Amino acid sequence: MRDVAVVAFAQSKHERRIEGYNEIEMMMPVVGELWERTGLSANTVGFTCSGSTDFLAGQAFSFVTILDAIGPWPPISESHVEADGAWALYEAWVKLQMGEIDSALIYSYGKSSPGDLPKVLTTQLEPYVTAPLWPDAVSIAGLQARALLDSGKATEADLAEVAVRSRGNAKANPKAQLAGDFTVEQILAEPYLANPLRKHDCPPITDGAAAMIIAAGDLARELCERPAWIRGIDHRVEAHALGVRDLTDSPSTRLAGQKAGVGDGKIDIAELHAPFTHQELILADALGLGDDVAVNPSGGALAANPVMAAGLIRIGEAAERITAGGADRAVAHATSGPCLQQNLVCVLEGEG
Amino acid sequence: MGIDLTTIPALADVEPVRSTKTPLHLDYEYTAGAASSRFLRAVKEKKLMGQRCPKCGKVYLPPRGACPTDGVPTTDEVELPHTGTVTTFCVVNVPFHGQQMEIPYVSANVLVDGADLPLFGLIQEMPAHDVRMGLRVEAVWKDDDELETSLENIKWWRPTGEPDADPSTYEGQM
Ligand SMILES: [Zn+2]
Repeated sequence: MRDVAVVAFAQSKHERRIEGYNEIEMMMPVVGELWERTGLSANTVGFTCSGSTDFLAGQAFSFVTILDAIGPWPPISESHVEADGAWALYEAWVKLQMGEIDSALIYSYGKSSPGDLPKVLTTQLEPYVTAPLWPDAVSIAGLQARALLDSGKATEADLAEVAVRSRGNAKANPKAQLAGDFTVEQILAEPYLANPLRKHDCPPITDGAAAMIIAAGDLARELCERPAWIRGIDHRVEAHALGVRDLTDSPSTRLAGQKAGVGDGKIDIAELHAPFTHQELILADALGLGDDVAVNPSGGALAANPVMAAGLIRIGEAAERITAGGADRAVAHATSGPCLQQNLVCVLEGEG
Repeated sequence: MGIDLTTIPALADVEPVRSTKTPLHLDYEYTAGAASSRFLRAVKEKKLMGQRCPKCGKVYLPPRGACPTDGVPTTDEVELPHTGTVTTFCVVNVPFHGQQMEIPYVSANVLVDGADLPLFGLIQEMPAHDVRMGLRVEAVWKDDDELETSLENIKWWRPTGEPDADPSTYEGQM
């Protein structure tokens, strides 16, 4: 396997509603920051891959117009995934493994404010017997949380603890949308939003964007003093229909984690893409993370959840901590689809 | 191929489902963005404001906020005249649902003088079969009390009567 590393990452400040800017204007400064930091450009980077979904803008092929933010002239080698940017990273990583190119730009964005996000997410459900009932994303997550509580694997207080830690960690994250000091008692005193989920168990609705540059071998060392080397990356998918899955477990995450080599060494930090509190518990269990692992030091998706970018941001946050020297080995995870249907796991390491 | 339902006694007399309908309706609030908002507000004042790329100097009308070849914000505004040249066009002869114009009519790309990106518009006040590449046209605006933040403020374009533009002036815009 060729050594490939995350060498630069940037993200926007995440907000509930960015009204003054369209998607191009939201994306452009984030990509511009990476060009400036690395000295690369649309024409010198080997490959560009983006992740987004047209359902957020309600506009077919909207992702094509966002290329205006990159400046793809003369024509560049470029691709797009209708998925979280973490899967765009996977495509770019595969491309680098082929050995033809040494660098890639990955970018993704989620401007959820134009539509009604919980309903927009309904459209990703199995279309024959589930989607026609129009269950919204929060209600679906509530079913999963209820199943987890009923299994005895977690309590409502456990969920509240995840919320308290995430919102507390987010205070140190200048890009976060939601942060603050809360107590488990405070949260448990709040009414249910979708029983057993309370407001704090759910992610904010977010407009935001992120971008990343990966590079191979010596180029990575040239562009970054301490690159975050991708030691393993794997993604797995479960059935589309909710009724045929055990929603209290995440076998696809477990398998992806094994393939990516999560257990091959000590993990310092984990950035888990868990939009809902109970999902963090399911993921940590599937990845076999011990109590000594700092989970979601950035605040995770509970601090900001730009759909289609929040997974890439997990990998970027983990990589930045390695580059800054605060961690030597990290696991980053991204999810897509209802109730953790698809999962990607990435193991990152610093050198020396 | 499919499951032979006659082998399941309970389903023997059940009519197989051959199709389902899933009505889907989602509402969106479109975000025009900073550049388009500036353009649309100017259009309400009957002004055509293009934006110039600080790198390559191209003037975009309508602007979307970025130069698509350089990936940088188009910050400088340029007021453009209400005249231009037809670069490409299409004579519409086919009726379709929701059509508001009497056929035949002409849809065209109009390169406004001083712009580097053609605008989409309709050509009227002349026979459809006389419309041609290089035709010089001017904007026909709605009445002042009907102006909105919309490019529909230009009802259509009509011939100015000037000689046709030299192809070299628009050959890069087709
Ligand atoms: Zn330019």
